[in-house]
Amino acid sequence: MKNLVTIADLSRGEIEQILDLAESFAETQTRAIPKVPALRGKTVVLAFFEDSTRTRTSFDLAARRLSADVVNFSAGSSATNKGESLRDTVETISAMGVDAIVVRHASSGVPSQLTQWTEAAIVNAGDGWHQHPTQALLDAYTIRQRFGSLDGRKIAICGDINHSRVARSNVQLFTKLGAEVILVGPRTLLPPSLAGWPVKVEPDIDVLLPEIDVAYFLRIQQERLSDGLFPSVREYRSLYGLTLDRSHRLRPDALIMHPGPMNRGVEIDAQVADDPRAVVLNQVSSGVPVRMAVLYSVLGPGQFDTKFEAIEAASLPERQPTKNLVGEDYVADKQVKGDR
Amino acid sequence: MSTTALTGGTVIDSSGSRQVDVLVDQGTGQIAEIGTGISGADRTIDVAGQTIIPGFVDLHVHLRQPGNEAAETIESGSRAAAVGGFTAVVAMPNTTPCTDSAAVVNEILAFGRTALCEIKPSAAITIGRDGEALAPMGELAGLGVRMFTDDGTGVQDAQLMRRALEYADSMVVNDGTNIVLSQHCEVTALSQGGVMHEGEWSSRLGLGGQPSEAEELMVMRDIALARLTGARVHMQHLSTAGSVAAVRAAKAAGYPVTAEAAPHHFTLTDAACADYDTCFKVHPPLRTASDVEAVRAGLADGTIDVIATDHAPHTADAKELPFDQAPPGMVGLETAFAIANTELGLSIEQLVQVMSSRPAEIGGLGDRHGGPIEVGRPANLCVIDADEEWTIDRAQLAGLSSNTPFHGKNVRGRVRHTIFSGEVVVLDTKPLR
Repeated sequence: MKNLVTIADLSRGEIEQILDLAESFAETQTRAIPKVPALRGKTVVLAFFEDSTRTRTSFDLAARRLSADVVNFSAGSSATNKGESLRDTVETISAMGVDAIVVRHASSGVPSQLTQWTEAAIVNAGDGWHQHPTQALLDAYTIRQRFGSLDGRKIAICGDINHSRVARSNVQLFTKLGAEVILVGPRTLLPPSLAGWPVKVEPDIDVLLPEIDVAYFLRIQQERLSDGLFPSVREYRSLYGLTLDRSHRLRPDALIMHPGPMNRGVEIDAQVADDPRAVVLNQVSSGVPVRMAVLYSVLGPGQFDTKFEAIEAASLPERQPTKNLVGEDYVADKQVKGDR
Repeated sequence: MSTTALTGGTVIDSSGSRQVDVLVDQGTGQIAEIGTGISGADRTIDVAGQTIIPGFVDLHVHLRQPGNEAAETIESGSRAAAVGGFTAVVAMPNTTPCTDSAAVVNEILAFGRTALCEIKPSAAITIGRDGEALAPMGELAGLGVRMFTDDGTGVQDAQLMRRALEYADSMVVNDGTNIVLSQHCEVTALSQGGVMHEGEWSSRLGLGGQPSEAEELMVMRDIALARLTGARVHMQHLSTAGSVAAVRAAKAAGYPVTAEAAPHHFTLTDAACADYDTCFKVHPPLRTASDVEAVRAGLADGTIDVIATDHAPHTADAKELPFDQAPPGMVGLETAFAIANTELGLSIEQLVQVMSSRPAEIGGLGDRHGGPIEVGRPANLCVIDADEEWTIDRAQLAGLSSNTPFHGKNVRGRVRHTIFSGEVVVLDTKPLR
């Protein structure tokens, strides 16, 4: 896998290999020293043109735990507004000799555009309304942890589908893994066309509650209210929110998911967010091993078919200076963090 | 060098087809002689197997001067026009400053005097193209402006548009031509935030869409205003099946409307945006296959009067932005004839009609452009090889910008030579200055 730009580029087999690899990496995360030398010598740039706390932190940790060098390129969305072309920006980053660029941008399509202008691997950390592939992978990973497989599972994705990169990635990923996806929300928050989307639409969430395995709620942005896409937060909550009452009608083994950050009291009531069926924090913790698996898939030596045992074996001859390197890495990491 | 003979070719204009030589005189700027066996010219160009036609006229080009001379200038744009066989182009007023005053119109006319084709400035309907107050149409008409448009945006206020139509209709120009208001049909309240056609592809790509109806609503409104006022309205770059149907019905009802379509709208669809290549970002946006078919049908049955390129140069830097931030527009002057000839299945006579005669009439250029090819007429001609096959290469374009959506496309039909006012400005596809 050269890049990870969109879930659409992945086959079911490739997705399952990434998830299997993530399981191997998850095991390393339980060790006293969770750092493995799999990507030692590789440089990963986190180019976040749009603010993000959890995704950047998660990628940062994932890359460091693979022993890659991590550089933060904090551009702010304004770099291109200053007149610097996207191509100049990415060529500048590439000229410093980097192996992978993890990119987050407020505009749909930027990761796809960047692949035209750099030899570095491009990993999409979220682009506009388009895709957020690692979020989808960690969501599938979390569902798999509970159910073993997504095959035949019914998943409702509720809320602002049109403006959601999470929804676009998840619809593709969940259906590729055999799940049935139902979109819930008012027409104003659905994409204008669903041609080619393997989904059903159900405007009434209440009919779905007793029959779904996963209830996935999306964040409602204040901006949608000011755009007049729904009348009020109160009405949104009453029609589409996961209220305490609605949560009682969900099956006892159902999963409640949310990509975060949650608007408690809007798309999900505060008490429900703390329901044992809510796996929001599991989603977050899945992020690190899943992103380790993605980074390893684009930068590792063995591509997909390399099992984690092989990674450890390959790294054995380089073991002797590990202690010092870990120490130096640690200092370097502190400095990078201090720069921010 | 003052006289040039075009020998051995076929002449085609609105009066038909004939095998004759044509002698043009750069001194008078006129066609000096038509006949067989013309000799003794200062230069003789063998055009055997080729076709001599009236030079093309483009009612819709962006020459970027004044204001954005890195993307195009009047000179470079006229060179691109000449290479494309155009002998006259109407320059859009979205310059910086806006073409809404005598000063800017005069500046454009001054630069145009040394251009490789006739530069006919259009001017804004409203001051600053802001849609609030009428520009001095009478004064600008006095300088030769015949088309007024806020192109880049439509006049949103129906009452203001009505007043503009009535006011323009009462301007007297006394040269046998008319003033025409030319509308960029787009209701911005409905298209706001849209960077491509709204539909299957915008939904998949996560990009804001402009529904077809944003264009159609203004087409329908302006048809109603043409009915109300009796004044002429020219609809720019029609891109949807609904727009074509509305104009067809309006013409059948006898309302004074004309329309144009751009080559990209009768060839490309929104699927071209799949890789977020900003070369395919344009307003109005590339639509669906059924819209493409409707635009073609509109050109074939005369609903759409003319092909206009909407030549919109942008520097590479400007286009190397995220899709939603990149400026819309594509260059088209140099490829329009080849694309039309390859894609439309129209005869050369029909192409002369939609690319030369009809646009010359609508743009108030009919005394100098659009044929007929007769002794004493201004020598504004081009010579085409309708069968030559070639590949469009953005690196070979004569204009300053290379944002063509047709890079790498194999096409049939090429402009070999262009004669503007008796001067050979393009010889064997190459501009001579």
